[in-house]
Amino acid sequence: MAYEPINTITSTVIPFPVDNVDTDQIIPARFLKATSRDADFGKKLFADWRYTPGGEPKPEFALNKFAGNSSILLAGENFGCGSSREHAAWALYDYGFRVVLASSFADIFKTNAMNNGILVIPLPADIYQDLLNEIQQNPNTQVKVDLPGKHISFRNGLVQHGFDINPFRSQCLQEGLDLLDFLVARKDQIIKFEQNYLSF
Amino acid sequence: MSNKTLFDKIWDKHEVMLLEDGSSVLYIDRHYIHEVTSPQAFEGLKKRRLSVFRPERTFATADHNVPTMNQDLPVKDLESRNQLSALDSNTKEFGIPLYDLSHPWNGIVHVIGPELGLTQPGMTIVCGDSHTSTHGAFGTIAFGIGTSEVEMVMASQCLVQLRPKTMLIKIEGELNKGVTAKDIALYILSQIGTNGGTGHFIEFAGSAISSLSIEGRMSLCNMSIEMGARGGFVAPDEKAFSYLKGREFSPDSSNWNQSLDNWKALFSDSGAVFDTQLSYDAGQIPPMITFGTNPGMGIPINEKIPRKEELKDSQTDNFLKALKYMDFNEGSSLEGSSVDYVFLGSCTNGRIEDIRDFVSLIKGHKKAENITALIVPGSKQVEEQARREGLDKTLEQAGFELRQPGCSACLAMNDDKIPAGKYCVSTSNRNFEGRQGPGARTLLASPFTAAAAAITGVVSDPRKYLY
Repeated sequence: MAYEPINTITSTVIPFPVDNVDTDQIIPARFLKATSRDADFGKKLFADWRYTPGGEPKPEFALNKFAGNSSILLAGENFGCGSSREHAAWALYDYGFRVVLASSFADIFKTNAMNNGILVIPLPADIYQDLLNEIQQNPNTQVKVDLPGKHISFRNGLVQHGFDINPFRSQCLQEGLDLLDFLVARKDQIIKFEQNYLSF
Repeated sequence: MSNKTLFDKIWDKHEVMLLEDGSSVLYIDRHYIHEVTSPQAFEGLKKRRLSVFRPERTFATADHNVPTMNQDLPVKDLESRNQLSALDSNTKEFGIPLYDLSHPWNGIVHVIGPELGLTQPGMTIVCGDSHTSTHGAFGTIAFGIGTSEVEMVMASQCLVQLRPKTMLIKIEGELNKGVTAKDIALYILSQIGTNGGTGHFIEFAGSAISSLSIEGRMSLCNMSIEMGARGGFVAPDEKAFSYLKGREFSPDSSNWNQSLDNWKALFSDSGAVFDTQLSYDAGQIPPMITFGTNPGMGIPINEKIPRKEELKDSQTDNFLKALKYMDFNEGSSLEGSSVDYVFLGSCTNGRIEDIRDFVSLIKGHKKAENITALIVPGSKQVEEQARREGLDKTLEQAGFELRQPGCSACLAMNDDKIPAGKYCVSTSNRNFEGRQGPGARTLLASPFTAAAAAITGVVSDPRKYLY
């Protein structure tokens, strides 16, 4: 899926310190009926937590409370668990998120996010808590995410945290590439594999 | 002597290339698609002017959006109808077989794959649906993928994947009466939580697992995704082989013996080492039910909801949030609490044995007046089998109705939804907030426990009704 490349992002962060946020919360199933990626799934991001049944924004919900142009979300443990719906990644992307920082991520979500130009970074407990406190005290705190340099920094650079990322995935994100082109370019090897495999 | 896990044996056989960063280009034997997670993948192929590389390896069904009544009439919901017709035109354009509502093989993707013999031991199987893990019951590497990956498989029959870690969950001993594979899954979940398996592929083993039927193993493997694992499987045995014999896509008689020889080599060697090992005593597992908003929040049906003091500090916020949503109190008992809906069905518990279990318990009783029941077979073949066995008649005599196949009330994408604030004892797989409809309150349980609630109108221990 096409997306804008990521390099360095500096942004405020929306704090959402909730554990086990499942993809049914990120986007409920009834909003999965579009047949094109051109649909704006961002409008339905966290729909049932963000809006009342009547469609009014709930003022206490993080996206409504910290409205702005944040492109970074901070969440708790096991973010994105449950359904494999890629619409969850699309909804985050369409809303404007390019980075999700969390204590940990569910596996399928992590892959879906990366395939759609969203950088996911798991944070150790101390950094997570430090960053959360910082944002809660000062919602205007800027956090810098440096993908090529593999680190995030905040508090004017006083806190720096390095993160690991698969170099190939990092290259894809920086160049806006996806794995489909990579696979299609290897059809000869795939056909060769098939010939041996099928003769088994 | 070899000391490989079964997981590694299957993975290695499907590895087309090992990349520098340690990930593999993995060949996919079977690709199942449905109407919800495929349209944007077809859209992507069209934009790139690509064809489906191996259309004979992809199979399509319509399941998530479909109504479970009056399937002969046009689908009422316009968006659902559009999505179903997109699947129809896309599969025609790209040469993929589709088992739509008019086809006798239609049903939930994870029910029909095994039923048609498409799912076979030793295969790699993917689908844009997290419950693809179900197919692990046959000793496969089966896992859910996103739509980008659906497109990759259609374009290249391969995926780029990092090899996950392996986990062995052994369950030894004999299961007690009224305890099913679903209870095993909910029990494990109550022990390890919804991220206990993250980064892993699980192999389930031990005498209690061997004693499960193939359908029971499907229910268990189905729920391995709820444990956070990529998937889960059981090494195939005679039960798996005899299940497959004679099915539409199973190897025919001229290839059967060769296939059987290959399948019999599918086991973890005795010296195989797993990254993580857990073991449980089958005799300690009771009928389980969930009280919260993730499948890890489960308790034995006759025990009380924990108090926050009994939990780790880190769990407290989630626990209290869940109780608030469910309108339950800490330390209270679930048994006897009021229920409004009962849902039997889904890729977890929508097979013939599940319907038999349900019927065996309600037989001779009447549906409680306060209960609205949705009894939904997982496929047309399951529906037909139930009718052949007269299960529909027994259901009718007790005030129930057998509906038509589909994902139904598992995920509130079709007409079958649970209204806000209502309680549903459900045989499906997820009790997330709003999963069965905005504001719906889900209690996950086995078909027996769902049946006990259906005749009593309250959460009830099924063992009291099983003879």
